[in-house]
Amino acid sequence: MKAFAVAPAPHIHAGRSVTRVMGHVLLALLPGVAAQLLFFGPGLLLQLALCLAFAAAFEAAVLRLRGKPLLPHLADLSAAVTAVLLALCLPPLAPWWVALAGMAAALLLGKHAYGGLGHNPFNPAMVGLAAVLLCFPREMAQWLSPLAPLSLSPSELFDAVLRGVPPPTLDTLSSATPLDTLRSLAHEGRTLAEIRRTPLFGNVGGKGWEWIAAAYALGGGYLLWRRVIRWQVPLGVIGASLLVSLPFWLSDPDTHPSPLLHLVCGGLMLAAFFVATDPVTGATTPRGRLLFGAGVGVLTLAIRRWGGFPDGVAFAVLLMNLAAPLLDRVGPPRPYGHRRAGAAP
Amino acid sequence: MLLQPFHGGVRLPPHKPGDAAPAPQSLPLPPELVHPLPPPGASGACAVTVGQRVRRGEMLAAAADARGAAVHAGSSGTVTAIAPRPVGDGEATCVVIATDGRDDSAPLPPLADWRELPRERLLERLAVAGVVGLGGAAFPAAAKLAAPGTILILNGAECEPWLRSDEALLCHGAVEVLAAAQLLAHLCRATRVLLALESRMHGARAALQAALAAPGAGGVELVAVPTRYPVGSERQLIRVLTGQEVPSGGLPRDLDASVHNVASAVAAWRAIVHGEALTERLVTLGGRGVRGAGVYRVRLGTPVAHLVAHAGGYTDAAARLVLGGPMMGQAVAHDAVPVLASTQAVLVLGADELRAAAPERACIRCGDCAAVCPAQLLPQTLLAQLREGELEAAAQQGLSDCIECGACAWVCPAQIPLVQLYRDGKSALQVQEDERARAAQARARHLARAARLARDAAERVARVAARAPATAPAAAQPAATAPATPAAAATTAAAPMDKAAVLAAIARGRARRQAAAPAGREDAP
Repeated sequence: MKAFAVAPAPHIHAGRSVTRVMGHVLLALLPGVAAQLLFFGPGLLLQLALCLAFAAAFEAAVLRLRGKPLLPHLADLSAAVTAVLLALCLPPLAPWWVALAGMAAALLLGKHAYGGLGHNPFNPAMVGLAAVLLCFPREMAQWLSPLAPLSLSPSELFDAVLRGVPPPTLDTLSSATPLDTLRSLAHEGRTLAEIRRTPLFGNVGGKGWEWIAAAYALGGGYLLWRRVIRWQVPLGVIGASLLVSLPFWLSDPDTHPSPLLHLVCGGLMLAAFFVATDPVTGATTPRGRLLFGAGVGVLTLAIRRWGGFPDGVAFAVLLMNLAAPLLDRVGPPRPYGHRRAGAAP
Repeated sequence: MLLQPFHGGVRLPPHKPGDAAPAPQSLPLPPELVHPLPPPGASGACAVTVGQRVRRGEMLAAAADARGAAVHAGSSGTVTAIAPRPVGDGEATCVVIATDGRDDSAPLPPLADWRELPRERLLERLAVAGVVGLGGAAFPAAAKLAAPGTILILNGAECEPWLRSDEALLCHGAVEVLAAAQLLAHLCRATRVLLALESRMHGARAALQAALAAPGAGGVELVAVPTRYPVGSERQLIRVLTGQEVPSGGLPRDLDASVHNVASAVAAWRAIVHGEALTERLVTLGGRGVRGAGVYRVRLGTPVAHLVAHAGGYTDAAARLVLGGPMMGQAVAHDAVPVLASTQAVLVLGADELRAAAPERACIRCGDCAAVCPAQLLPQTLLAQLREGELEAAAQQGLSDCIECGACAWVCPAQIPLVQLYRDGKSALQVQEDERARAAQARARHLARAARLARDAAERVARVAARAPATAPAAAQPAATAPATPAAAATTAAAPMDKAAVLAAIARGRARRQAAAPAGREDAP
């Protein structure tokens, strides 16, 4: 008689794990990181390093405090995804304390205060981003002109980020983002055609930004192909943005940015594929996901148009996170053998 | 034929080398056969005594009831014990037979002229011969065939990946399968007969087409269904073939359909045409933990250890012994358990084939489980509800519609044992329901007693009033109109009437549920 250990069925597994899911997300972010490096210089590398280091430190410290084993939780790479997402949203020359505050808000308040991965109602990276947007408005507004930072020497870069001493040429380097420009110029009553002629803009959207957006979409395509994300959220974000901006633009193309301009500026593409698709904080039903994405798109555009911030992606996502439990109750699928109404037969 | 897709499902990595299914191999008779008896409490009494000589096919115990099945000796020999033995993951009273190697059999009289015989006679034969579903549920064929269906579906799609028994039967016994199809069509009074096989079973398809071309055969539509787990599950197969869904809590007969595994059909045919009781079945032996993987013709009651030893023995990789398929099979603690009618496969899985014993993580709500759920449930929501103890909410979400196919747990990146949770939830629901029924019963008893007491009291008062009309004419008036302590009794008498009606309704519902509960086994794949 040979004895065996028993375990409940099923006895086989697809081999997916949280670590692999997060690994795919990190991999899919690479084109976006590369594009952003290309246009905004190696400052991003510093931000990435800072955010990842803070993420590891906070994660380890909190896990120790909570009495959880370090390795399995650190190895799930979810903190790394949060760190990379936040780093991508920080201006390349932002001083280190911005990254520190952002990661602290993201991981301590946004994630572990609620019980860690899987229990957080808000997207941690967006909690961090919203916190630094509110706490460091000046630092967060210092985006550089595309391609300009490439002229910075490494020592100037380190001074700016690690010591908080801006380079002497900052005024010539820095500029508002295309979205900032759109806002401020539109408020001055200038037409879009004039604005579009400023050197900040490229063929479709903001110069450089259009390529970055394309790179994010490429990474998003990879996630869709690997079935890490489902099509409903990106379609919701992009579809709603296009649908909402199209009538405005058609009615008055001089004062309203084109739908395409909206899509490729700011963080909308990043949000569509990497942020709003966060499963933990989003809706879980197919219909709920479509609505969730649409909500993110509409709110982003509304904040851009009427809100106090040039890009409202972070706030749009956080607001929709609030609505996610409600969206889950919208139209649950009809179980097999039940009638359409959803009631038990 | 236009096939309808079913929701979800997973494409599992194939584990079947080669194209044509291997021919079933025979095993030498084991020295000992172990036949579990119907559960105690069921009325199926043991028909043999220790020391008695039995022949193959001789009845050891009669069917306990319409939903039980008779048990027969797997070979000739002497009954050496009637005692508890390990069966599956538990224990059951078993008849142990020391085989004598002669394998004498005691067949029932063949009913070759079945077309002329009354249907009841044939169903009775199936019950006496102990024919049960061989697709895993082991539900008695006679009970299942008692309800006619205009569509007869023969299920040749394996319930689980890695299983090849049905495929081997279709490849190497196509003629018998088609003959059995005619018998079952006759029994069901079916006007349409579909034989479903998986699209990858090219060998079986060719064999069946050749057999169908023979004179006298025919009337059977071959349908190749996509190989997508769990297409072999009854409900999913019906959806694929007819586009209809079996109502929640219902049975295929609600759609006028009847679904039978191909091996069960052949067993029924043999019981009628050859008078053979169900004493053997085809078993798939597989996994990296065993040599000689293939399909074996195994006597029921054969210890698993005997099967493995004669196939080639264990390899060093052997890590888990599973009766059934890799998705729904039952892991057992040792190999001293017998092969039963429900044992489609014996898998000895290697450590590399098993799901990693990774620690369970928190649900990240990825929704992959909902995407693969063939019952179209929201497993992640059920998980949250069950973890919170919200049994009612989970029941409302369709917990009892879960077919426990394991697709959700298979994809879950957080390695959550979802099926286990749902099983626990279902049994908790059952307990709750039983308790509620018991409480209702007690309440009904109490109210009936109260009503009886009130009635008795009223009669007493009326008697007293009738006996002394002269002494208290004034008092008799209210006593006659409102018996017992006047107005109050009248209202309590009226109220129990309403409650009694409600309770009667509850009791009717309970009876229906009880009738449905054992029948629920019938729809397991």
